This record gives sequence, C-alpha cells and structure tokens, in this order.
Amino acid sequence: MVNTSTPLKAESKDLNFFYANGHQALKSVNMPLYENKITALIGPSGCGKSTFLRCFNRMHDLYPGNKYEGGIVMHPDNTNVLAAGVDPIEVRMRISMVFQKPNPFPKTIFENVAYGLHVRDEKNKRVIADKVEEALKGAALWDEVKDRLNDLAFNLSGGQQQRLCIARALATDPEIMLFDEPTSALDPIATANIEELMSELKNKLTILVVTHNMQQAARVSDYTAYMYLGELMEYGDTDTIFTRPTRRETEDYITGKFG
Amino acid sequence: MALHDSQIAGALTKASVLENLGAVRAMIRRHKRNDIVFAGIGLLALMLGLLTLLTLFIDLVMDGYPRFNLQFLSEFPSRRAGSAGLLSAWVGSALIMIVTFLTAVPVGVAAGVYLEEYAPKNWFSDLIEINVSNLAGVPSIIYGLLALGLFVYGLDLGQSILTAGLTLGLLILPIVIVSTREAIRGIPVAIREAAYAVGATKWQVVSDHVVKYSQGGILTGVIIGMSRAIGETAPIITIGALTFIAFLPPSPISDVAPYLNFEWLSSSFTVLPIQMFNWLSRPDHAFHINAAATGAIIIMLTLLMNGTAIYLRYQIRKNIKW
Ligand SMILES: Nc1ncnc2c1ncn2[C@@H]1O[C@H](COP(=O)(O)OP(=O)(O)OP(=O)(O)O)[C@@H](O)[C@H]1O
Ligand SMILES: [Mg+2]
Repeated sequence: MVNTSTPLKAESKDLNFFYANGHQALKSVNMPLYENKITALIGPSGCGKSTFLRCFNRMHDLYPGNKYEGGIVMHPDNTNVLAAGVDPIEVRMRISMVFQKPNPFPKTIFENVAYGLHVRDEKNKRVIADKVEEALKGAALWDEVKDRLNDLAFNLSGGQQQRLCIARALATDPEIMLFDEPTSALDPIATANIEELMSELKNKLTILVVTHNMQQAARVSDYTAYMYLGELMEYGDTDTIFTRPTRRETEDYITGKFG
Repeated sequence: MALHDSQIAGALTKASVLENLGAVRAMIRRHKRNDIVFAGIGLLALMLGLLTLLTLFIDLVMDGYPRFNLQFLSEFPSRRAGSAGLLSAWVGSALIMIVTFLTAVPVGVAAGVYLEEYAPKNWFSDLIEINVSNLAGVPSIIYGLLALGLFVYGLDLGQSILTAGLTLGLLILPIVIVSTREAIRGIPVAIREAAYAVGATKWQVVSDHVVKYSQGGILTGVIIGMSRAIGETAPIITIGALTFIAFLPPSPISDVAPYLNFEWLSSSFTVLPIQMFNWLSRPDHAFHINAAATGAIIIMLTLLMNGTAIYLRYQIRKNIKW
C-alpha cells in the first residue's frame, strides 16, 4: 500500500499485547517502520499508542505479568526484539526513548547525557566529552548549556530538559528513537524546536512518535498510523491519510469530529 | 448554601448580592471555628509531649550541673563521686557505635535494596516483609538474650565490644531496612524508566540511581537507629557489660603500620546508660548528681544525632527535586 523503495527498519507482525490484569491492549497490529522516516501514531486517548510504542524497547518487561504475542522484527538483522531469547537490554541499546514528561536524572547536565555511554562501559574521557557535545548539538541545546555542563539538570527549563532527554537518548547512536508525546508539556516555541529537531534527526535514524496534535503529525511525519481500541485502523503516507483517508473513522478523528 | 432567588429569575439585583454575601461570610466564619478548635487541641497535645521531655531535661541539667566540666569526661569512675568521670563509658559507647554502624549499614541497606528491587513478589517475600516490621517491635532484652546465646557462647566472642556492637547492629537493622525501602519507594518510576531506557541493567540502575538518590533517607534511618542504640541498656546488660571499668580498651589506631589495631574489639567495656544506672543505684546522693549529668548528656547526644539526621537529609534532598 505504500512506497516500497524505502528500506524497512522494523515491522510489527501480528502483535498482541496483554497487560498483567489480562487486558488486551493491542490486537494483531501489523505496521512497517521505514528507515530514516518519521512515523506518527495517532488515535484517541486509551487506544494503545503508548502501549505499542513501549513494545519496541520492551519497557513492558519492567513490570511482571505483561505478555507479548507476535513480533517486532528489526532489519537488517531480522531480529524479533520480542522473542524470548532476546535480551531486553540489547534491544534498549539499539532503540532509545524520549518520554512524555522530561525525566532527567538528578545529576549534572553532562552526566545525564553521558549516562548511556557509562552504561556501555565507555571509559575514555575524550570520547565521552566529544559524544556529549555532539549529542547536545544534535539536540540543539549545546549553545544554551555549554558553559554550565556541571549544573544540575533540574535547573533547566522544561523545554531544555526535554531536549536534554533527547540528547541523552541520542548520545548512544540508536537505530530507532521512540517519542511518546514529547511536546505535550511544552509551549509552542519549545514544541517548534523539537519538531525541527526531529526532522533533522531522521537523517541519522528512524523515528516513531506518538502525538495528540494533528498539526504536529501532519507537519513532521512521513507516515501516519491511526489506532483505535488497540487496533491499527489505517496506515499510510501522511499526505494521503490527512487528505484522502480511506476510512470514515480516521477522517472523523483527524478533523476533530471524534476523539 | 442558598442560591440567589433572583439568579433563578435571571438578573442579579444589588440587594440580593449583598444579602447572599452576608450569608456566605457567616458560613465561612462557622466553618473556620473548627480550625481554631482543632489548632488548640493539637497544640495542647504537642505541648504535653514536649513539655514533659523539656521538664525532664531541665531537671537533669539542674541536678547534674556541678559535673558539667571537662574533667567529668576525662576521668575514670571512682569511689569518690566528686572525681568520678565518664571516660570509660563514653569511649565504650563510641567504639560500640562504630561497630554498630559498620554492621547495620551494609547489611540493612543490602537487605532493603534486595527486598525492594530484586525479591520476587510472592507469599514468601510477604512473609519476610511482615517479619521485618515485627522485628522492629521486639523488646530489646530479647536481642540481648539472642546475642548472649549466639555471639557470647555460640561464636565465642565473649562479653566484648564486638558482641555489643553486633547486638545493637542487629537491634537497629529493621529500622535501617525499613528506612531504606521507604527511601527507595520515593524514587519516581519515570527516573527508573529513563535509566532502563538507555540500556542499564538492574544493577546499574540500583548502584547509579536507586542507592544514590535514597542516601538521604537511608542516612536518616541509620542515625535515628543509632540514637536509639546509644541509649539501649537492657541488651547490653544481658550480654554482660561491666558496670565499673577503670581502664580504656586498646586504641584502634597505632603508630606503626598498618596503623590500625583490632584488639579493642575483644575488650570488655561499659557504656553511658550503664554507667548512669550504676551511679543511680548507689545510696550516696553525691553519685546521683553524676547520674543526672550523664542522663543530660545522653539526651543531648540523641538530640544532636537526630538534628544531624535532619540537616543531612535536607542537604542531600536539596539537589533532588521531583
Ligand atoms: N499498566 C496497565 N495495566 C492495565 N491496563 C493498562 C495499563 N496501562 C494502560 N492500560 C490500558 O491499555 C489501554 C491503552 O493504554 P495506552 O496508555 O497505551 O493508551 P494511549 O493511546 O497511549 O493513551 P493516551 O493518549 O491517553 O496516552 C488503555 O485502555 C489503558 O487503560
Ligand atoms: Mg500514551
């Protein structure tokens, strides 16, 4: 149904997900994730967007009793990241995440960005400093913080903290970056900054972003997926979804008649 | 509260607004009376506790006043009340506190971290949980009996500083475990998830984040536990502390390499509350002055330790906002 010349980075195949209380939050979700593209997940609150996103980095494994069925296959190595034999830590080394609310560690700006490197046993101070600088530049935060790298991250503004979290996720050169409503706690200017940032980041990696903001989805994403009650209702390139959706529900949601 | 009559009809007249305002103000005054009544009762309850302690403390200070001098701290106990001092008792207490600290902190923190982060949640961990809380309520003399059997006879450690330190360490272990767990539970899920999301293992999350951010709470628990331990008498008597000691244990620091010396661990000892008890049980009133002075010193020590705990927690929490 979509452009086939772009290489696939990952795809979810017949993905079902059950929370520990037995609630099935995802129902047979099939969706491609194209390399160096931004895919937006939209849909009404509670439809399973965050649940789907958090399958990609196995965040659900942190809580006992959650269960996956089906798979998310990463390319080019064809690893099913949900397979029982695959270590969730390995998956998180390849796929990083930015959360809805900025969640910096109570450490310095530098330590926050360097933490992923620390976890990867990087000991070389030069390498770490270079990587931190590169990540902060990549997150468009460098100019604002270069003179105060040893300040506590909590002293930054909300928008700066969110960019810091992006830098932290970026410093480890992930293949895929997940964003769960990354701008919902930010003002329009900080939001614009982050959208611009995402458009630049896609040159390096693949992005999956959850958003409630239709304009944002239309502005930044290449592909859009509309979810409803745990199912993927419609998927396509963003222009098509926003101008000629095939399903009535999608159109109603996008135009604000429902949701 | 009454709706405006006129509101139902539509427009608000000035008269109806004023009338309604009067009624609202009367209601607020009525509600606020409860605040005043409770504030009074609460203050009274607080004062009852505080005043009792204060009276006791002032009483001790006034009785013991003649002995508040450096000589009291630098003299051994003696048959003459006027020249008897606390030297062996405070040195004993201090050395025992070192052993207590060194046992209770690593064991308590490790147990707390394990229970909170690693232990599977099932009936067995629930059972352990209940027992840890129960341990905090076990009378301290029971710990003394346990220590007598285990440390003194079982492990043959004798009636030593080591035995006393281990016993008190055991005694405050539940406090350290509980405060460790509470401090850990205060760490927001978002911070943990952030650490896991960059690929950290459980141990990296625990050592880089969980333990670091709960230091303030753990330290508070440790100091509060120690301030309880320093006044404990019953278990120490049970394991056989002497009541009259006119010598010091060997110094822990020596002037030849390796500069540390562990003979003091097996030395016999006395502690502040036992010294106080000893003086108190003498018929000669002059010794009661010494006892009062010792009591005042123990209370001051406890207050000082709790004050330090509050200060340290504040200092550590200052850099952590969530
Ligand atoms: N820990 C959990 N245990 C059980 N059910 C859950 C849990 N978390 C979420 N759910 C349920 O799973 C469904 C999907 O939730 P999810 O958080 O993925 O929605 P969402 O699309 O991200 O919504 P929002 O836009 O409000 O963030 C909801 O019905 C929710 O109630
Ligand atoms: Mg969500």
